[in-house]
Amino acid sequence: MNSRRLLFLLPLVLLAAAVAGFWAMLTGMQRGSFDPRGVPSALIGRPAPAFTLPALEGSGKPSFSSEDLRAAAREGPVLVNFFASWCVPCLVEHPHLMRLAAEGVPVFGINYRAGGRDDPGAVDWLRRHGDPYRRIGVDHGGRVAIDFGTYGVPETYLIDREGIIRWRMAGPITDQILADDLRPLLRRYR
Amino acid sequence: MDGVREGPDRPLAAVLKSTQRGGSTRRGGSTRRGGSTRRGGHACPPHPLQRARLPLVAALVTALALPPAHAVLDPREMLPDPAQEARARDIGRGLRCLVCQNQSIDDSNAELARDLRRIVRERIAAGDTDDEVVRFIVDRYGEFVLLRPPLNAMTIALWASPALLFGLGALSTWLYLRRRRPAQSAPAELSAEERARLKGLLTE
Repeated sequence: MNSRRLLFLLPLVLLAAAVAGFWAMLTGMQRGSFDPRGVPSALIGRPAPAFTLPALEGSGKPSFSSEDLRAAAREGPVLVNFFASWCVPCLVEHPHLMRLAAEGVPVFGINYRAGGRDDPGAVDWLRRHGDPYRRIGVDHGGRVAIDFGTYGVPETYLIDREGIIRWRMAGPITDQILADDLRPLLRRYR
Repeated sequence: MDGVREGPDRPLAAVLKSTQRGGSTRRGGSTRRGGSTRRGGHACPPHPLQRARLPLVAALVTALALPPAHAVLDPREMLPDPAQEARARDIGRGLRCLVCQNQSIDDSNAELARDLRRIVRERIAAGDTDDEVVRFIVDRYGEFVLLRPPLNAMTIALWASPALLFGLGALSTWLYLRRRRPAQSAPAELSAEERARLKGLLTE
């Protein structure tokens, strides 16, 4: 019977689909565009939350509030970057942030201090690796991080001229992410 | 969490107590504690095995009867009102810790979980209803934060999949059995014509 013959092909077809799926997943994981533990941000398309943060003492940079962020965003898209000195992936993306800052993209830094954890090495870390931030705020207790829906460091948000969050990267900005996602978005919202 | 670092020659009652306390914790330690109970028992001379078993069984029974221990053990984190604290724990059990992902914020020791537990308690103390507290978190983290996903267009496949799989199984079983039945049933009765022919052959 012909239709029964076709039934024998079904496992093969399923296998091919699984192979294609896994291949897409693995290449995505390799280039950083797919994170199996990734959670889509609930804040995309919504205005950045309201906050006021204290300054990072010793950094020589002023602190900022959501109003400052909004004012800066009126000139063009801004990045908000959650970082901590103990966070290794932050170091991975650091050169990219330095380059973006040198190109004139305003990067606002938020020193993430969840769960009452302190980050005494933050100033030293910036001195050693360079400071890409226009302004730096300290998020004691991770309150602002929760308002942003952040669940780890590093996380980077792109805010457009209207003050709307357009993009969120949970994890380090890699070469690929920069070239494929962030640069096109910076152009689009310019 | 605490009580793991205990010396081998602690009094039996203390060992038993710590086993009760931690026996229901999901993470680590319980086997080590069980071991220390046994060790304590072996120190008693007359009937080591008998003596060792009794406290172990008692400890196990009590441990099973106790409600599960939670990461929230810091009394500073808890709300003064026990009813509000119970609500906070109920809510916390239903919220996913996004760092560990398969633990609730109540079970997780991650810093984010601690911050979220605090926010849940702050909202409750401020007079929010349970729904309002959950909405506050979902507004920031999306529905993935709910350990029990709501039934909506996005999750319908998830919720329907058990029924679909059961239906598929039932259908294939039915099809399989229907196809097999004719082969298994007894051969058809002989027709009158065949019977006459058989009779002819037999009488020949």
